[in-house]
This record gives sequence, structure tokens and C-alpha cells, in this order.
Amino acid sequence: MRDNPVLRVVAKIIIPMILLFALYVQFHGDFGPGGGFQAGVIFAAGFILYGLVFGTEALRSAVPPGLLRWVISLGLILYTGVGIATMLMGSDYLAYGALAHDLIHGQHLGIFLVELGVGVTVSAVMVTIFLAFAGRNDP
Amino acid sequence: MLIESINIVLLGMLVVTAIAAIRLHDLFAVTMMFGIYSLLAAVVFVVLDAVDVAFTEAAVGVGISTVLMLATIGLVGRREQRPAHRPLLPLLVVVVTGVALVYGTLDMPFFGDPGAPVHQHVAPYYIGQSPEQTGIPNVVTSILASYRGYDTLGELAVIFTAGVGVLALLGLRRRKRPGKENRVS
Repeated sequence: MRDNPVLRVVAKIIIPMILLFALYVQFHGDFGPGGGFQAGVIFAAGFILYGLVFGTEALRSAVPPGLLRWVISLGLILYTGVGIATMLMGSDYLAYGALAHDLIHGQHLGIFLVELGVGVTVSAVMVTIFLAFAGRNDP
Repeated sequence: MLIESINIVLLGMLVVTAIAAIRLHDLFAVTMMFGIYSLLAAVVFVVLDAVDVAFTEAAVGVGISTVLMLATIGLVGRREQRPAHRPLLPLLVVVVTGVALVYGTLDMPFFGDPGAPVHQHVAPYYIGQSPEQTGIPNVVTSILASYRGYDTLGELAVIFTAGVGVLALLGLRRRKRPGKENRVS
């Protein structure tokens, strides 16, 4: 697929839109359908499209595997970190009300951070699985 | 009436796609059938007003799993192997299990029944209290991330474990294949 100019040009136009849409889904999940899981998968789909069109070697240089390993853990650490933060602030584990001066703001902040953690881990895991599978077939 | 006819058309197309996926022997075509099946399932979820689930199905079922299956086909070849044994015993097991499952659904409350236990337990509390307690308009998000934060943490741990498992089994390092070291790239 690497030699097809139509695919290359269309992919270059579409990939930024996919990533932007993923961010919209991530941060608009409070108001409409969406959230961390969907956003993470869509964000990963942008990278996977890049890997399909330009080859896994190009994807590997865009997203270093060593970095991916850290990002996978980062999301889960963020999620559990929010829980520990609420405990340190004198509330129960993952009771977001303690994060801000009032309950509603705390809930907003907590859900925002937790969904961000979900999105980060999901997207990194999806790209990792794709690289692990598709990368084995490289010539 | 309109919803019923849309449902009948969609579910009929689901059945046709499933049968086509079983009958085909070209694994590439079967993968495409699975993608169409997931897309139809996503549309069914939209008709059921479950847009969040439809979103996930469209992103994961149509997008990622199709790509992963294509990547796997790239490794194992696109022709299905002839089965080494007759499929009568598996068919019997599947039919018996299916009949048992259908028999089990006879005891369940009717679809959309407001008196069903699932709609009587904590759901009314979440729907009634979510706007005041969390201030988030999308009740699905407030249930997933706040009321059921532990469950979502567990789900994330499952995905994390899947990623770590793939890393441990396959790894991301490029394998050096014998005879290819001297290839001019």
C-alpha cells in the first residue's frame, strides 16, 4: 500500500481529523456519547491507519515502542492515583467530591482525570497490540 | 411500527451476514463479514437508544478487531484449512446449548418491561440523583466513571493486562530472521 499516492495523500489529510475527533470524544463524554474507551480506540485508529499506509517501520519511528510501554502504565497510574489522592484528602477511594472545594467540581475533575487515564491506556494498548501483530510480518 | 420494521430488517441482515461468514472459506472475506456484522450490531444499538454502546461497537468491533484479524491473516494465510474431522459432534453441542439458552430466556422479563428487576434496583437512584450529585448531563458517563468507578478501574486493569500479556508473549522488538541480515534496505 506504500506506493499508492491516493492512499498516502488521503491518509495524511484524514489522520489529523481522526486524532482531533478522538480528543473531542474524550473531552465531550460528559455531555454526549463517548468517553475514555471510545476515544482511546479512535486515537489508536489514527496511528494504526498511519501504520497500515506507511508501514509499521514508520509507525515505530513515530511511536517508539519503549515509550508505548510507559504510556500503557501511565493511564492506569493516573486512574489509581486519583483514588489515592481522594484518600489522602480524607475521603473514600475514588470519591471525587474531595478533590475540589465543592462536590460538583470535585466530581467533574475526578471524572475528567479518570476518563483521561482510560483513554491513555486504551490507545497505547491498541497501538501496542497492532504493532506486535503486524510488526511480525515485516520483510 | 416503524421501529419494528427497522429492527426486523436489521436483525435479518445480521442473520444473513452470520450465515455468509460461516459459508465462506476465504478468511479475508470472512473478516469483512465480521466487520459488516459489527456495523449492523452498532446500528441495532443506535435503534435501541444505546448510543454509547453503539459507539464502542463501531470503534472496537468494526475498526480495531478487523485490523487485528487482517494482521493475523497476513501471518497465517487467507485460505481456511479443511477440517480434519466431521463437525457433527460440535454441531450437536452448539444446538443443545442454543436450545438451552433460548429456553432460559423464556423466564426473563419482556424486552423494555419497566417492572424488570434490572430497572428497579439502583438504576432509578442513579437516574434521579446523577444531575444533583455529579452535575454531568450524560448519565452513562456519571455511572461508568463515578458511581461505578471501581468497575471501570477493573476494566482498565483488564485492558492493561491484555497489553502487558501481548508485550510479554510477542514483544515489539524486530526479530532477526536468518538469511535476511544482509538484505540491502
